[in-house]
Formats: sequence, C-alpha cells, structure tokens
Amino acid sequence: MEKIEARDVNFHYGSFHALKGISMEIPRNKVVAFIGPSGCGKSTFLRLFNRMNDLIPGARLDGEILIDGKNIYAPGVQVDELRKEVGMVFQRPNPFPKSIFDNVAYGLRVNGIRDKAFITHRVEEALKGAALWNEVKDKLNDSAFALSGGQQQRLCIARAMAVSPSVLLMDEPASALDPISTAKVEELICELRKEVTIVIVTHNMQQASRVSDKTAFFYMGEMVEYDDTKVIFTNPRKEATQNYITGRFG
Amino acid sequence: MSGNPKYPAGYSLRKRRSQKAAFAIFRILSLFIVAVLFAILGFIIVKGAGVLSWDFLTKAPEDGMTAGGIFPAIVGTLLLMLGSAVVAFPVGIMSGIYMNEYASKGWVVKFIRLMTNNLSGVPSIVFGLFGMALFVKYLGFGDSILAGSLTLGLLSLPLVIRTTEEALKDIPDGIREGSLALGATKLQTIWKVVLPMAMPRVITGLILSLGRVSGETAPILFTCAAYFFPQLPTSILDQCMALPYHLYVISTSGTDIEAQQPIAYGTALVLIIIVLVINLLAGLLRKYFENRLKMK
Repeated sequence: MEKIEARDVNFHYGSFHALKGISMEIPRNKVVAFIGPSGCGKSTFLRLFNRMNDLIPGARLDGEILIDGKNIYAPGVQVDELRKEVGMVFQRPNPFPKSIFDNVAYGLRVNGIRDKAFITHRVEEALKGAALWNEVKDKLNDSAFALSGGQQQRLCIARAMAVSPSVLLMDEPASALDPISTAKVEELICELRKEVTIVIVTHNMQQASRVSDKTAFFYMGEMVEYDDTKVIFTNPRKEATQNYITGRFG
Repeated sequence: MSGNPKYPAGYSLRKRRSQKAAFAIFRILSLFIVAVLFAILGFIIVKGAGVLSWDFLTKAPEDGMTAGGIFPAIVGTLLLMLGSAVVAFPVGIMSGIYMNEYASKGWVVKFIRLMTNNLSGVPSIVFGLFGMALFVKYLGFGDSILAGSLTLGLLSLPLVIRTTEEALKDIPDGIREGSLALGATKLQTIWKVVLPMAMPRVITGLILSLGRVSGETAPILFTCAAYFFPQLPTSILDQCMALPYHLYVISTSGTDIEAQQPIAYGTALVLIIIVLVINLLAGLLRKYFENRLKMK
C-alpha cells in the first residue's frame, strides 16, 4: 500500500476549478516534488493532504485522498489527529513568539503531553534532527524571533518533526531563504526522508532535481506528468513538461 | 524617437522648495497641537495645584462643598472604572475574538460590525437615558454603582470590541496555520498563540476605554452619581460621587460658586492625573507583555 493516494481529486474555490481530476500515488519514505508555474494548483493540492484547505470558505472537494489506505476526508476523521500524522512547513518561517524550546515543545503540549523529561528529550532530538541543536543548545530560552531566517525555518522543521509525523508537507520551504540556508534545508530533506514521506512544492527546478525521487508537473490545475525525477528532467514524455523544465514558459 | 526629454530649468529647485514649505507647515501644525495640550495641562496645574493636599485627597467635602476634599469622588470614579471594566472587558474581548476568529465572514458579521460602529456613535447622554430605563427602573437596581457600571460598560463595549478585533486582524494567518498544522485546535491556537500576540494592543484598547469611562458624566447622571454622598459606598447598590460629576456640580451649583472654584480645578487636576497614571501603567503592562512574549 502506498503512503498517500489521491483518487480523482477535483477541487473548487467557489466557481474556480482549481484541481482537475488528479490521481496519484506517493510511495512511503520517498521525496516527491510538485513543480509548475504559479497558480497551477500545486500548493492547493499539497494543502489537501493535511486538510489545511478546510479553512477556506466556499471550497469544495470531490474525490478521495487516502493516507495509509484511509480516506482522510471520511466523516469522523478528526483533523487534529490527522495533522499530528501529517506535519507541514510553510513558505515563510512562522515561529511563535515564544522561546526556541517552547516552539519545538508546542506540538507535544497541545496534544496533551505533560511529561517534562519526555518533552525535553524530544525537543533535543528534534533540534538535532533539524541540524539546529549546536547553534541553539545554549540559548533554548531565547526568543525564536532572535534567530536568522534560515535558522527559523529549520526551527519550524524541528517543530513539525517533534510531533513525530509520518508525512511532512513542505510548501516552498526555501523560497524565502538565502542560498546557504537553502542548501542546509535541502540537506535536511535528504536526512529526513529516512523517517518520513516528504512532499515538497518548489519553484526551483534544480531543487526538485536535487532532493526528490519523483516529480509531478502541474499546469492549469491538471497534473500533466508524474514520474521518476530523473525521467522528468531528462526525458519527459509530454511537450508541456519539456517546455517548462527548459524554461520556455512559467 | 523624440530624443532626450528637455527638463524645464529650475524645476528641480522648485520641487525641493515646495517640499520644504509643505513639511514646515506639517511641523508647525504638529507643534501647535502639542502647545494646545500643554496649555490645557498647564492651566489646570496652575489653577489646581494650590488646593492639592493630603487632606484634599483623603477628606470628604465640607461646609456645603466649599471646603474639605474630594475623597468620595475619587473612590467613586475608581469604583466605576473597575465596574465598567468588569462588565466590558470580558464581553468585549470575547465578542472581538468571535468576530475575527470564529464567525464566517458573511453578512452577520458585517451587520454586527455596523451595529457596533453605530453604537460607538450614540451620544453618551442617550446611554444614560437607556441605563436609567433598563437598569435603574426596569431591573430595579436604583441609582447605584451597579447601574452606573453597567451603563458605562455598555458605553465602552464598542471600543473594546473594535480594538480587540483590529489587534487580532494584525496577527498574520501564517502563525495560525503554523499552530493548526501541529494538531492544535482553533481554541488552543487562539488561546496560546494569537491572543498573547495581540495582547499588547488589546491592552491599549482597554486602557483607552478606561480613560474614556473615567471622564464620562452623562451616563452616570441618571444612573449612579450622587450630588453629595460624603460617606463611602458600602455595597454596589449604593450611589457614589464621581470626579467628573462633582466637577460639574461645583462649577454650576452649590452654596458659593466663587469659593468652590479652586476645588473645581483641583478636581480636574486629580482626574487628569488618574488618567495619566493609568496610561503610564498601560505602557508598562504593554512592555511587560512584549517582553514575556519574547517579541524581540
């Protein structure tokens, strides 16, 4: 059974048909990249996996999305339980106005964990996992806002991983970062794939080719092509994909 | 091609001059405002400082209000501020949260917002009349601190709701999404992240409303304020004196208006000092919250 499976997904914002009949399978512990020009629906699609689009008024979903074989839109599914399983990292680093420690501990605490020793241990693990521990271990009680943009983004990754999800969604996680921070985030992605299945939306095609195992190309709400990253970037089947990756539009 | 543009001679000098002139006018006007403020403050201080004394602050009025102090009015005003805060803060903050965080952005919210705005435009004397009809007569509280606090609370409600709503609106959605994405509920998100971030600004709104309440005369005219009530109130169903109403009374009626004048200025000065002290406290509270939040 694949980790994530989308079955004939159609999504509307009011009268706008944002996603048109998308079906795909995302294998366990792989990194899958979504590429495509702005407005093609790739972020919308990503945000269906943790039901972040539930918040948008007038949005409508048809079709099914299964994670570990269970339809996450079935009645009775609790979104907070789902989001413990499916973490997310956003385009702009969004640390809370709390200390570094409290930021990473937040996800555990809102899900009812009170055991201080466990939280301390988990925070350290998560920060190590996000390659941030050495930079912050002496100032865990400092404000997260005092960190640089790149550190803040790794903090957000640590925060998401602390809850121990099995899927990590990344919505252009490096687009607001400088090249060095971007490289660090990319290294991190390659490390994290051992623990989680990663779906990453990116505008940066080099990034997609560097970090992902499979790549999906989206255009105008449709998934044009989905294949091994190597195939997409060297020998795409569709002309639109070819045009996009060679920079002829987008 | 039409060639390079021919810029009019001296235009650059002219536009820099008009900029200078414009900013000079802005500066003069701003200074004028400050001057007016200082003039009012200075006038009250000069006229009122003379009567300020320990006795003035701690004694009741004596000799037909031509001597003695204003202690009951100070206590009354502080009680009314506290009472209105108890009424308006919880209701106002919760309404603000509901309007910005929970209610779907449809016509219901628009309608409530419109009504709130209208409410803040209602003259305070009308609140007074309404308070008298509802709290004093219909609910039978009589002229009392309870009725006065409820009336003043209603009066400050729109301001509290609005500032809470505005403060929450300023918190970026990315922060809310970050919390929800970790499995937090909406309530946890509001309580643990959004509200603390908005707190410094919410507090500013609360303090502003307190400042307004402290100076209101009309709403308590028919609902609470006593012309002369030298003993301290013992229950919320007692009447009380209040600084703005006392100021009004001793400036317009009484046994000897001439002799009462210094007391009037002294009363005004005390009222202003109370408002200034509260504003100062608000600043400190704001700082405290910002530090605790680790915003920097």
